[in-house]
Amino acid sequence: MEGWDPNTKSTLTQIPLLTTKAGPRDGAAWTQRLKEEYKALIAYTQMNKSNDNDWFRISAANPEGTRWIGKCWYIHNLLKYEFDLQFDIPVTYPSTAPELELPELDGKTQKMYRGGKICLTIHFKPLWAKNCPRFGIAHALCLGLAPWLAAEVPILVDSGMIKHKDDTTSTSES
Amino acid sequence: MEAELKDMWNDLESLKHSLTDPSLRGPVDKLQLHVERLTNLSKSVPVRRSKVKDMSAEVVDSNPYSRLMALQRMGIVENYERIREFSVAIVGIGGVGSVAAEMLTRCGIGRLLLYDYDKVELANMNRLFFRPEQVGMTKTDAAVQTLADINPDVVLESYTFNITTVQGFETFMSSLRNKSFSPTKEGSGVDLVLSCVDNYEARMAVNQACNELNQTWMESGVSEDAVSGHIQLLIPGETACFACAPPLVVASGIDERTLKREGVCAASLPTTMGVVAGLLVQNTLKFLLKFGHVSPYLGYNSLKDYFPTMEMRPNPQCSNVACLERQKEFIIAKPARDAAAMAKMEAEALTVEEIPLHADNEWNISVVDEVEIETVGATSSDALPEGLVRELPNADESQHPPPAEPAAPSLDDLEDLKRQLEALNS
Repeated sequence: MEGWDPNTKSTLTQIPLLTTKAGPRDGAAWTQRLKEEYKALIAYTQMNKSNDNDWFRISAANPEGTRWIGKCWYIHNLLKYEFDLQFDIPVTYPSTAPELELPELDGKTQKMYRGGKICLTIHFKPLWAKNCPRFGIAHALCLGLAPWLAAEVPILVDSGMIKHKDDTTSTSES
Repeated sequence: MEAELKDMWNDLESLKHSLTDPSLRGPVDKLQLHVERLTNLSKSVPVRRSKVKDMSAEVVDSNPYSRLMALQRMGIVENYERIREFSVAIVGIGGVGSVAAEMLTRCGIGRLLLYDYDKVELANMNRLFFRPEQVGMTKTDAAVQTLADINPDVVLESYTFNITTVQGFETFMSSLRNKSFSPTKEGSGVDLVLSCVDNYEARMAVNQACNELNQTWMESGVSEDAVSGHIQLLIPGETACFACAPPLVVASGIDERTLKREGVCAASLPTTMGVVAGLLVQNTLKFLLKFGHVSPYLGYNSLKDYFPTMEMRPNPQCSNVACLERQKEFIIAKPARDAAAMAKMEAEALTVEEIPLHADNEWNISVVDEVEIETVGATSSDALPEGLVRELPNADESQHPPPAEPAAPSLDDLEDLKRQLEALNS
């Protein structure tokens, strides 16, 4: 965990850890895991709101809780950039981490696999594997997506790859 | 077309003979040569060969299997034609998978199942198999197009979905279970699964499916810097599964940033991928047709041309539940396996006539019992071949995971939790 900023570290320690090692094909154990996922997500969202650092919405898109959709956003130069967020729970979960997708950014950055899957290989997957099964969706957002947005959104904006939604005309003011 | 060209040639021939001025014959000869070339070109227009009912060993130019059937005459393979009974599933039709599929198709494999969800891109053209005009097609469709032309005898099935999703995985499993090709076959519907994927998630999904189906499979990979690769044979319960050994960065605790440079897109070479595909299919042929030694693991370091081999036993503390079940079954089946091996050895011993090989033994050379050597070998099998080092502690030395705390009985209801999150989301 060296190399992470103290804020992320302290946030991370407050997200409840999960205990059940179960994937979507494990029946009742998966339901138990899903409850733990919800508890961690609720705690993390509450914490973000109370720290005035609310930055995502996520909810299950199917009753089994294997597909999740939502939004995430990042503030850069006082402007809010919002993106659709989606991912599937892989069949080998939690041994393998969910592959977080930002489909709107597909093809706009190198730090992404096909279909808008953000690159988590270096900064997040080893951490996930070391902490299996204690990390869940909330941890993936906190340690996987948040640093990715912080690193990539400024570059995407500055290079003109993405524009703010209010900036419809071609005359871009700084 | 051919008849027209022949008429033209004949007309030119009669024109040549009717010419009185011999200096005009030169240009006519030239015209005739052009017609001959056109005739040859028209013959090479792609024609699909018809299916072949039986593999023939007859040595004629028109027999697509004569060189393969010659393996029997050379004493390498006992019954080559058996290859038509085998089904092989290839997961990942990329730089390695597509070439492996072509090799097996040319070998006349019975049935190929191809899995990939990607499309062909211009960035793939530094590798073999796919052609620029196939850009935009799904890799499975493009592969079927090419392979069906090369060998119409092979039954090709293409599956275009992501096997790591819950739904994709179920479809993957049922396609492997489907026995319509050879209903009498034991176990699953395929003889071997070849993993030619490029990521950890997909490998873990193949591993999960094969452990559950008790399906032997082979894993292959090429390093990100394109200069080394490996193939590995995985027999559930008997050899290490893909989850038996955690990835290097997880096990050793070293800083992952020293292993990977940031922002570098993976390199690839047609050579390394071709070599790995060749090693993979060679091992596949040896496994299916029962010749030579099937390698449990074969590495390839192209910078030093170094090919390490080793065996990996399953991890009794493997995190994969299905792997542990297969390990248990393998141990239970040990007496039966030993008895079968003994019977085979005895049968072989009976066929050997008991006569002294050498009447005199001037130098007192004695043959040591093979069993003894094996036990000696077993004790020293922990030693690694030259050039390899262990990154993980021995399984017996590694500490047992602390006993899981009794999970606090969860009283809350899933729907209630969902509502709580939705309330926060609104």
